[in-house]
Order: sequence, then structure tokens, then C-alpha cells
Amino acid sequence: MSQITAEELAKKQKEISVAEFFERNKHILGFGNQTRALITSVKEGVDNSLDATEEANILPDIYVEIKNHEDGECKIIVEDNGPGIIKQQIPHIFGRLLYGSHFHSIRQSRGQQGIGISAVVLYGQLTTGKHAKITSKIEPDRPAIITDLVIDTNKNRAEIINTDTIHWDKQNGTRVEVSIIADFKRGKKYVYDYLQSTSIVNPHARITYKEPDGTVHIFERTAEQLPQKAEEIKPHPYGVELGTLIKIAKNTKARQLNSFLKTEFSSMGDRTSNAVIEKAGLEKNINPKNMTREQFLALHKTFKEIKIMAPSTDCLSPIGETLIKRSLKNETQEISPEFIITASRPPSVHSGNPFQVEVGLVYGGNLPKEEQVKILRFANRIPLLYQQGDCLITQAISSIDWRRYGLNQPSGKGIPTGPAIFMAHISSTQIPYTSESKEAIADVEEIEDEVKLAFRECARKVQKHINKKVNRVKTREKFDLITKILPEIAKKSAHMLDKPVPSLDPIITKIMDVVWIEDVVEYEKVGRKPVQTTLASEGVEKPRENVITKSKIMVVNYKRNSQKFNLYAIIPKDAIVGTVTPKPSKITSNYIKWSFDSIQPANKVDINFELAGLEKGDFDENDLYVENINPAYVIGADKWEGD
Amino acid sequence: MVNKDYSQVLTKIDMIAEKIYNDFEETKIPYLNLPTRTKANIKFDDKLSVWKYGKGSTERNAKSLDGAYMILRTMYMADFIKEMIKVKKSSTLREMYYISEGWDLAKFHSQDESNLLAEDLEIITSCMREDFKLRPEEDGARVIGNLTIEEMTRNNTKKKIHCQDDIGDAGYSIPYNVEKEKITIKGCDADFIVAIETGGMFDRLVENGFDKSSRAVLVHLKGQPARSTRRFIKRLSTEKNLPVLVFTDCDPWSYRIFASVAYGAIKTAHISEYLATPESQYLGVTPSDIENYELPTDTLTTEDIGALKSELTDPRFQDNFWKGEIKLQLKLGKKSEQQALAKYGLDYVTDTYLPEKLSEMGITKK
Repeated sequence: MSQITAEELAKKQKEISVAEFFERNKHILGFGNQTRALITSVKEGVDNSLDATEEANILPDIYVEIKNHEDGECKIIVEDNGPGIIKQQIPHIFGRLLYGSHFHSIRQSRGQQGIGISAVVLYGQLTTGKHAKITSKIEPDRPAIITDLVIDTNKNRAEIINTDTIHWDKQNGTRVEVSIIADFKRGKKYVYDYLQSTSIVNPHARITYKEPDGTVHIFERTAEQLPQKAEEIKPHPYGVELGTLIKIAKNTKARQLNSFLKTEFSSMGDRTSNAVIEKAGLEKNINPKNMTREQFLALHKTFKEIKIMAPSTDCLSPIGETLIKRSLKNETQEISPEFIITASRPPSVHSGNPFQVEVGLVYGGNLPKEEQVKILRFANRIPLLYQQGDCLITQAISSIDWRRYGLNQPSGKGIPTGPAIFMAHISSTQIPYTSESKEAIADVEEIEDEVKLAFRECARKVQKHINKKVNRVKTREKFDLITKILPEIAKKSAHMLDKPVPSLDPIITKIMDVVWIEDVVEYEKVGRKPVQTTLASEGVEKPRENVITKSKIMVVNYKRNSQKFNLYAIIPKDAIVGTVTPKPSKITSNYIKWSFDSIQPANKVDINFELAGLEKGDFDENDLYVENINPAYVIGADKWEGD
Repeated sequence: MVNKDYSQVLTKIDMIAEKIYNDFEETKIPYLNLPTRTKANIKFDDKLSVWKYGKGSTERNAKSLDGAYMILRTMYMADFIKEMIKVKKSSTLREMYYISEGWDLAKFHSQDESNLLAEDLEIITSCMREDFKLRPEEDGARVIGNLTIEEMTRNNTKKKIHCQDDIGDAGYSIPYNVEKEKITIKGCDADFIVAIETGGMFDRLVENGFDKSSRAVLVHLKGQPARSTRRFIKRLSTEKNLPVLVFTDCDPWSYRIFASVAYGAIKTAHISEYLATPESQYLGVTPSDIENYELPTDTLTTEDIGALKSELTDPRFQDNFWKGEIKLQLKLGKKSEQQALAKYGLDYVTDTYLPEKLSEMGITKK
């Protein structure tokens, strides 16, 4: 056997094409089998469309269609109302692997490795031999460009087969058509679940999905506003890897170490930079480009030893509790759940990467009682569909004892059983996945703690809800007592003795001995013209219903003396306050406050207020608080703990 | 109809209405006080030699829904009783339960509720159920013996009944009301009363002519005896100065029958002095009899053993006789029936067993 030279080896190494790379790594890239390939293809297409529309400040209107052929070939069509792609960029985006705009920036984004849509094009080409068709329109009064392309697997470059201009009824947008070999029969349920889940965490998106048999599902938009844009931030020293540190140093414009640290990293001021340099035993005026590996190592090690301020967290784009609740409500309409509860944590940091946790819990209705609860996991608005057991979210849920919240859970550990759906969304500039396939979030203590705290908060709210229900039953009983039974006793005793019926008022205040607050929330529909029609070709926009929430609170003094106190009604952040009677003493974005100077015994005050800008279900019951009165004397409101 | 003066009962019932009415007038939350009717609140009354309710009491007030309902129902029941007295009718407890259907909010959800409330009302007014013209579903049991009873019939005529000559083999049936306005015990020529648990043994003694041959009054208890049966035994024993002998099966449940005849039951402890006959003695069948007479037996069940053990700690079974017998029975692990005596022939019980036992107990001389 003749010896192979390094030169020859190098030649061979060069020749490893992207096709080979893909073939070797397809399980990691999400194309491990024909079911996964189907979902990954849909997912990459939808993610691409969501990113494109959001970046252009357009409310996404996405159309997904799957055509299934007998021989296992599926045609996947994903169309959006995004800004379109200019002709020159089309080959790069669809015809090159590892090309993308997200790759170098540090911020919360859907895709993090840029494998993206081109991988779908390649998979389609490898399995069916067919080329991809991309239609793009960038301006209303210009024609659309239609491009047929394949990937030259040796060069990792697009090869344009054909390009043409056509008329497209759309103002602007992109349409991708790729044929792949996939197992639709098996993947059907997952595709639906994926799109539904995507709709839950992207309440601003409207997704229309047409199945091969013609069935159309519309996942309606529940928010009219785009999510807050994720800001780009500089890396934080805690999260930077040695290799990255060296790379940044090679590219920096800073000529001295201290200015390098201050300009290239977040949370690095003069003091912290100098402290790091001193502790690492370095000179502050050395040129970072000339630093040795040992010097970088010392610097990198010192980062972890110095207390550095947490990075700013405004680079995150959480969904928000109101929208999560609205989305969950919209997607669980058929289940008609008893309640939906959400909780969100303030932003926090893991290894220098900001992250934030939001959770939701749907309970009751037609959800199966004997099955394990359904867990919906999301990272940066992407549903995680596989490897549930390995995920930190599942572990956090399993570690909480759910038994006293109406769920079954042997020994108080593990995934509980009962009529509930648990949802968790983690947004971060860096989601620590367990593997490259990005299906499960790794065991990071800081994140797990936050997920647990969020679910505990949820559990507390569930408890509060249950208590409120119990309290209401008790109150109802007392009400029956004083309005029905007591008058009956008085009447009967008077009848037996042939005497006039005695007065009950003093006894009623004695028996109740509370200030009783009861609330009724009603909705009044206000008709409004359809707001917008963005995707004229598919489906008819349903006129959105706008409602005014009318809230009525009854306050009755069943104490023996006159009462003076303040009452607070909490209002959702997005609400617009309308008419309020009686006159409140204060209105803020969080609450309405009334000050009652004196409510006489057995007297009643009716409070009415209206809220607009909410959807039915955003506001089920009033959250009421009292101040300057012993809360033990009050039924129907809790103690006010301050703003 | 029985001509009883009900004015006192009416006054007592109106006192409840007045109590509640006055509470309203004085702006007090209406309430009624009742002794706690549980085992823990039963005390032995040395003077009366029976078990009565102790000092523990429960206040039922209109602060709670349950208390208010109880007061409302009490008012309705009181009014209903007033009405019955006025129109000279009586009703069974079951009938009253059905009548309460028309009481709207005050209606009962089960007959147990209405029965309990009737007892509560007895306690509150210190009247007896019979005063309220309420009677139980089942009447009292049967009597055979040399005694004459004068009963006020429904035609309002007095009828004398001799409990051997004027009746069939089934005996004289004890009515639900055995108070003076209903029955009078005229003549009685007998030496003792035998209260018998089972109908089979009662009929055996009747067929064998034990009432005549031994000058006994035979009373059938029909299991756990009804109030009227216990009241009848009490009156007969007191008025004619006759000893009472209780003859039952040999098991823990039968001992409780004896206890209710002799000491009073927990449920009716407020009227124990009317119902219980403290002078009663237990004749048999005793666990010793099982050994002495070599009677056929069954094995004690777990429930039997539990009941026996609980009787060992029951204050009513604390004398040496009961302690010895119960311990013996636990040791034997056996129980037996009255009718097991038939092992030695149908006449054995009247010819041998009863004479021997009665003589042992000093009731008859041999």
C-alpha cells in the first residue's frame, strides 16, 4: 500500500461537498427520518417568513400548503406577506448553506446557526432531484421574480435553472415551493401541532394551513401589534468563549486592552476593565491583536473571577402575559377551559446571556382527566417538539408538587396527570440546547430556577383562584342565610305567636359582620368594521369583534358601624379606562382607586366601570384590594400591599 | 280519641317560638341550646340509676347555614305539632317526613334528619314524642301473662283485656302510646317478667305454657326494643313491683339489648328515667352457660370480638359479672343462641334451663 501524502489528503478534504456534510449530519439538522424531514421543512419555511415579516415591521400572514403524492413525494409551499427578497440575494439565501444574517449578532432570534431554508432546498434536491421555486415581490407596482434553483453541492453555491418575471396579485412577499420525500401520514399531526404551537407564541401572526385533502386550518391572529424588536447587544464577558474572545480581538479597532474590553463587551466600564486587567496580570495598554494565547487564557479566566454587572436585558422580546393568555384562550376554545393562568419572571442572566421565562397554565374543560398533562415548550418563539423528557422545562415542572392544585402526581414528583396544559416560553440571546438538533433545553441552573419560580407563581394564582371560588360559595351561603332563611324564621315565629314580624336589619349586620364586596364582569360587544385584509387570495378575513368590558362591583356594609376605606380594582395593562362611577380618587395604568369616607351600616354602594381595548376573556374577574380597613372584615377583596 | 290535656305541651312549644322571637326583638342572633348527644356526653345518674346526658351542650345558632336551617325546621315542626294537637290527629315519623316536603326551605333531606329533630324537640321542651302526637313506624311487641290491661280504644271507650284469656297465642300487642291516658294496668298475678329477644323463643315459652306454670309475664323484645316496649316493661315492673329478667342470645349485640332495657340508650338518654328499668337482671344465655350446658356454638367474628372489647371499656358493663363473662367469651371465642337449648329437646328450656337459672338468681325457690 502506497503512502498517501498530506497534499493528497488535503485535496480529498476539500472535496467534501456540502451534500456529504449534509448527509453525515442530517439527523442533527432535523432530517433524520421522513417524518422529521417534513416538519423541519415546514418549520424552516415558517421561521424564515416570520423573521422576514417582523424585520420589515409587517404583521405576518403566512400560508402553508402541503401537496402529497402517492410515491411519498410532498410539495411544501410556504408563502408570506414579507418584504420580498431582491433578485441578487435569492441565490445566497436559498442556495447556500450556512449563509444568514443572524450568524454573528447577539440577540434573541429564531434561528441561531443559519442552516435554515437552504437545507430544505438541498434535502429536496437530494431526495427528489427536483429544483426549488422561489417567487418574490418587493414592491406593489413591480412584477414578481420567479427563480428556479438548485444547489451546486461542490461549490455550495446556487445554480439558477431559470428566472422569469410574472404578475402576482400580492403587494409584496415571498413564496417558496420545495418537493421533498416525506412521510405525511405520520407527520400530519406534528405539522398541525407545530403550526398551532407557533401560533400560540406568535400571537401577532396569522397562519393558514391547507392540508393535501383540501382541509384548511386558520390560526387566527390575536394581537395587532408586532412584538418588541430584539436589540443587538455586545457579548457579556461571562458568556464569551475563549475562541470567540480571540476572534473578537483579531477584528477589533481598539488598540489598547482596556478600550478593547470597554468597546467590545457589555457591562464593562473603566473600573471593571481595570480590575480585570490587573487581576489577570496584564498591562492595560497592550494591543489586543498582539496578545498571546496565554494572555487570552488569563484574561478569559479572570472574567469569571470578577464581579461584573449583569448585561442589559432589553435585548429580549418576551410575548407578555396578556398575549399569552389571549393566545392560549384562542387555541383552546373548543376545550372551554375553566381558567387560564399566566406568569412571567423578570429578565435574568445565565453565563452572561440574558433570558426571560414566561409560563401559562390551562386548566379544566374538556381536557382529558386521566392523561399526563400536555407540556408546550418554546424557545425564542419556536415550539420544541421532541425530546420532552430531556428538557429543563419538563424537569422543572416535574419537581413541583402539583397535588394540591387538583392534579394527580404519585409521590408529588414527575409529570402530573390531569386536565391541564402547561406552557413555558424561554427567550434568550443564547438558548443552551442539549444538542445541535435544538429540541431540548439543557440543564442550566439559573434557567431552571426561573422556570420553577414562574410555575410556582402560576400555582399560587391557581390556589388563589380556588380560594376565591370557595370564598364565593361561602359568601353565597351567607347571602342565602340572611335573605331567605332568617326572614323565614322570623315570619314563622311571629305567625306562631300571632305577633308582627320582627325587624331583621340589626341581626343581619350582626351575623354577617363584614363588608361584603361582590363583582360581576360583563361584556358588551361593540361592532367594528374589518380592520385589514392583507392576504386577499387565501380565506376571508373574519371581522374582529371588539368588546367593552363592563365591570360592576357591589359594596355592602354589613358591619354595625359606618366604614371608611379605600378600594382598588386592578386593571390589565392594555386596558383603556372608560366611564367610572362613582368618581374614583385615582386612576393609574394598573388600577382604579376609590376612597369611601363613610358607608353606613346596611348600606350599599354600586361601582361601575368600563374597560376598552381588551378581548373577551382577557379579564374574567376583578382583582380587588382594600386599604385602611382590617382585611378580616372584608369578604371579596384582599389586603392592598402597595403599588 | 284519647283525651289528654295538651295545654302544657302547647305552652312548651310556644316557648320555643317566643325564645326565637325575643332573640330578634333583643337583636340577638337566634340560638337554641341542646345537650351534646354523643357517647362522650353520657353520665350515670346515681339517683335514677340510669344513663343521662352530661353537661356538654351544643349551641345551634343562626350564624351558620346549618344552624339556621335547624332553627327554621324546629319552628316548622313545632308549628306542625301545634296543628296536630288542634285537629286531634297524630302522625308517624315517616308521615311527618313526607309532610315536610311542603315546607319549602325547611324540608328535610332524609328521615334520619326529621327523626333526630323530633328527639331534639323532646329535649328542648322536656316533653315526650308521644306528647307531640308523633309515633314510630313499628309499634311495640307482644305480651302474654296473667295480667289485665285497660286500653282506651279509638272509639273513646275503655276496654279491659286479660293477657291470657282475651288474646290469641300471638299475645297482646303493645301500642305505641303506653302512657296512662292510653293504658292502665289493672290486675296482675305474676312473680316476674321475662323479656325475650327472639320471637322463636317467645313462642316456645308460650307453647310450653311457661307463663302459667311459672307465674311469669312474657314480653317479646323484637330485637332492639322499641320505646313503647321499654316503657311498658318499666311501668309494669314499677307499678306491680315485679323483677325483670332479660333472656337473649349469647353475643355482644344481645348484651346491648339488655343495656338499653336496664340502663337506657344513648339516643334517648334524655328520657332514660322513663324508659329504662335499672332493676333488670340478665338471665342468659351467658358465656358460662355455653360451658355449663355444653351448648352448640358459632365462632366469634372480628366484629363480635371488636364489640366485646368495646364493651369491656363501656362504663355500663363495669361490674364483675359482665367483666368475667365477657372475658370468658373472648377466651372461648364462641357465641351461641337462645334456641341452641333445643339440643336437649323442646321442653328442656322450660323444664330444666329456666328453672335452674331462676333458682340460681334467687327468683324462685326450688
